[in-house]
Amino acid sequence: MADNEFLENADGKTLSKPPTPGDIFFDKSFRFLTRAFTWATILLLAFIVYKIGGEALPAFADLGIKFLFTSVWDSSQNVYGLLPQIWGTLYSSFLALILGGFFGITIAIFITQDFLPYKIEIILKNIIELLAAIPSVVYGLWGIYVLIPLIRPFANFLHEHLGWIPFFSTRLSGLGLLPAALVLSIMILPTVAAISQDAFKAIPHKTKEAAFGMGTTRWEAILRVMLPAASGGIFGALVLGFGRALGETMALAMLIGSMPTVTLSILSPADTIAALLANTFPEAAVGLETGALMYAACVLLLITLIVNVAGAVIVAKATPGGDKR
Amino acid sequence: MEALEEVDANEAYENDLPTDIALDCKAERIYYSDFLAVRDSHVPIKKNQITGFIGPSGCGKSTVIKSINRMNDLIRGFRFVGNIHFHGVNIYADNIDPVSVRRNIGMVFQQPNPFSMSIFENVAFGLRLNRYKGNMQEKVEKALRSAALWKEVKDKLKNNGLSLSGGQQQRLCIARAIATEPRVILMDEPCSALDPIATRQIEELMVELKKQFTVAIVTHNMQQAMRVADQTAFFGVDISKGGRTGYLVEMGPTKELFENPQEELTKEYLQGEFS
Amino acid sequence: MNPSGLEHPKLERQPMEPRALKSIVLSVITIVCAITACIPLFSVLFMLVYRGGKRLSFQLFYTLPPGAFDAPGVGGFGNAIVGTAFMVGIAGLISVPFGILAAISLAEIDPHSKVSEIARFCAKTMTGLPSIIAGVFAYAVVVLIMGHYSAWAGGIALSLLMLPTVMLTAEEAIKMVPNPMREAAYGMGCTPSQSLTKVILPVAMPSIITGVVLAVARAAGETAPLLFTALFSESWLAPNNPTASLAVLIYNWSSSPYQNLIELAWAASLILVVLVFVLNIISRSIGGKTKL
Repeated sequence: MADNEFLENADGKTLSKPPTPGDIFFDKSFRFLTRAFTWATILLLAFIVYKIGGEALPAFADLGIKFLFTSVWDSSQNVYGLLPQIWGTLYSSFLALILGGFFGITIAIFITQDFLPYKIEIILKNIIELLAAIPSVVYGLWGIYVLIPLIRPFANFLHEHLGWIPFFSTRLSGLGLLPAALVLSIMILPTVAAISQDAFKAIPHKTKEAAFGMGTTRWEAILRVMLPAASGGIFGALVLGFGRALGETMALAMLIGSMPTVTLSILSPADTIAALLANTFPEAAVGLETGALMYAACVLLLITLIVNVAGAVIVAKATPGGDKR
Repeated sequence: MEALEEVDANEAYENDLPTDIALDCKAERIYYSDFLAVRDSHVPIKKNQITGFIGPSGCGKSTVIKSINRMNDLIRGFRFVGNIHFHGVNIYADNIDPVSVRRNIGMVFQQPNPFSMSIFENVAFGLRLNRYKGNMQEKVEKALRSAALWKEVKDKLKNNGLSLSGGQQQRLCIARAIATEPRVILMDEPCSALDPIATRQIEELMVELKKQFTVAIVTHNMQQAMRVADQTAFFGVDISKGGRTGYLVEMGPTKELFENPQEELTKEYLQGEFS
Repeated sequence: MNPSGLEHPKLERQPMEPRALKSIVLSVITIVCAITACIPLFSVLFMLVYRGGKRLSFQLFYTLPPGAFDAPGVGGFGNAIVGTAFMVGIAGLISVPFGILAAISLAEIDPHSKVSEIARFCAKTMTGLPSIIAGVFAYAVVVLIMGHYSAWAGGIALSLLMLPTVMLTAEEAIKMVPNPMREAAYGMGCTPSQSLTKVILPVAMPSIITGVVLAVARAAGETAPLLFTALFSESWLAPNNPTASLAVLIYNWSSSPYQNLIELAWAASLILVVLVFVLNIISRSIGGKTKL
């Protein structure tokens, strides 16, 4: 390297030296290593998809698309159908979204629209974030021994007096869609609240000034100006909340009852793909049944992937510089 | 982009630099992606003198000075067409390691940017990087003295560099840059973030520094150039082809340039027609 | 009436006027919603302390799970605590270096290349990976190859869940290092890796650690990935065998007919939640004022 000329021409005065061969070697290897792990990330995801897809392929060949539309799961007769679980996954997440989404957005409004003194705002934010930190299995435990006894009288009331409405047409024996969806909504509330807060914070201050300058009441400003302005980000928050609900496993496995039915009644037990996997996988018959379960895993993977990517894109487009979560 | 006869980056220099010149910068074209930022600027930097780069905003003076220590390499799309002759090589030649170049050419930036380390470690950073095996304390003290900072910090060398005031931080950055005694020190508007008193201190410092080092300084303040620079290079902006391209308008000993500018553009600038 | 004959606008507060009334009602609803949302947290915590606290004792930490014929009030889950610690440790050893090195490339070395964009997308996608899928994958890759369930399989499954969080928060942390500091490092003649190790990473470290601690907190509470990789065990840690963990313990015993086990499940939940909360608080104090 011509670097040496710096030394040769030097009047011996400078203390600078070119990087040592050791430095250069370290630099090259370090940079190579970091790039290698970037590649590894891509390969990892590809491998996950490949492995699960690969295991599912024989079952896919055998069971075909029919798998998604039939309801019987019987390992002794090698008949498998995923419809109840697909339905249960989507329905329970949807129910959770209605409740969790509503509460999440309301809380986001509460936190960001100057209702609270700063200190209480921080406390509330922390409480919501701690909600998200509680492990799923603990929620399941709490659901079984605290929530279900609590809502049983209420559920029975609904069934007895409003049983003609399809949503309340069965009797809540304990585990079922209602308790599962309630717990699920508690679990996704922090996600929706956090992203909605970001959406509200991204609104330029002058928008708020303009609204109040016109003489609106606080709620007129919120409903007519702030919500529409944040609507893109809020929509993204809902989609991501939905995605989170779809991927949730343990609380549902413990609370939903694992009964493969397709029902509109929120008081009935049901099943989700994740719960199916959790409950059936350990004892699954090697061969077609594990293959069918892998197929089910693929379906779950596909649904959550699509929803999460869509949600991330929506949030990124709606909040300038804001898909940090 | 016009088709150019590319300057041969590896052209061997038949003669070495004249002994009074530390570095000879010939910037034919400087591009940021498709944008031509600077053209046709030949700036020789004389040894043990302060060369000032002045001119209106957008004239490329910062670009040129950052090209000298190859800092612009970090910017995507940067392209330097020309050569910079420094100690027998063209520092833009393919076989030259920019890291080496930067070790031999120190830089002080517009915003003081000491590392988040103790004052001692900030100054010692370059010494450690270059694997100096001698007496670290001595060199650190020497650098801090040269930067006129020693008295103020000698009892708190362990404090974090960021705890100093703006002017002190900038002097710390100067100490950091000169600790390894590089042959050339570049300063990109070093006083623009400082108050007048700190500015005066740094100007006095520069005049002292040139006894041992060669200094090139970019400044938007004409009076500063008049006070400290021995040579001044005036850059202008060429809007004739629709873009804003900087170029060297005129260069010479400061007194002559200010009292007797040859170019019309120089005259206008000095009279304050545009800043 | 004043001399010009014009009426003054009504400027006093009028709470009973429809617009104001609507506003107050909505505010009340909002406050009620906020309070309602906090109730589950307090209910869970209360229950944990009440039902879990009853069985809290040091015995839990060094005894093994009770057998079917043991008297009520006997037994603990020391092996589960050790198992969780061990598997989370493995997960960390895998995901932390992996995530940080990849993040360095994404944030500093090669931020704009196609490979980096794709890798970033992959990491973001993996944050949404259902935890049970991580378990299924680890089963297919580790358990089937090794031929048996093990703590290693559990650890690997958990690492899949930790990796995206570690990588993405580390990338953010490195990007947040102020540019002037970066320029100073390069200006002094640092090679890119020297700039990173001497200047950039030290400054980014607190934020990176915050991300790691949060990922650890999440992994400690995960059940699904362990269900068919580490299974459960009633004995002390033997990494090549099925391994107990707090999360799987709670899952298994929550629906047990034995009151003793249910009580222990509550106690385990209490310990697990305390652990997770403490980790969350630690991450906040390290990260300073980051995500409030």
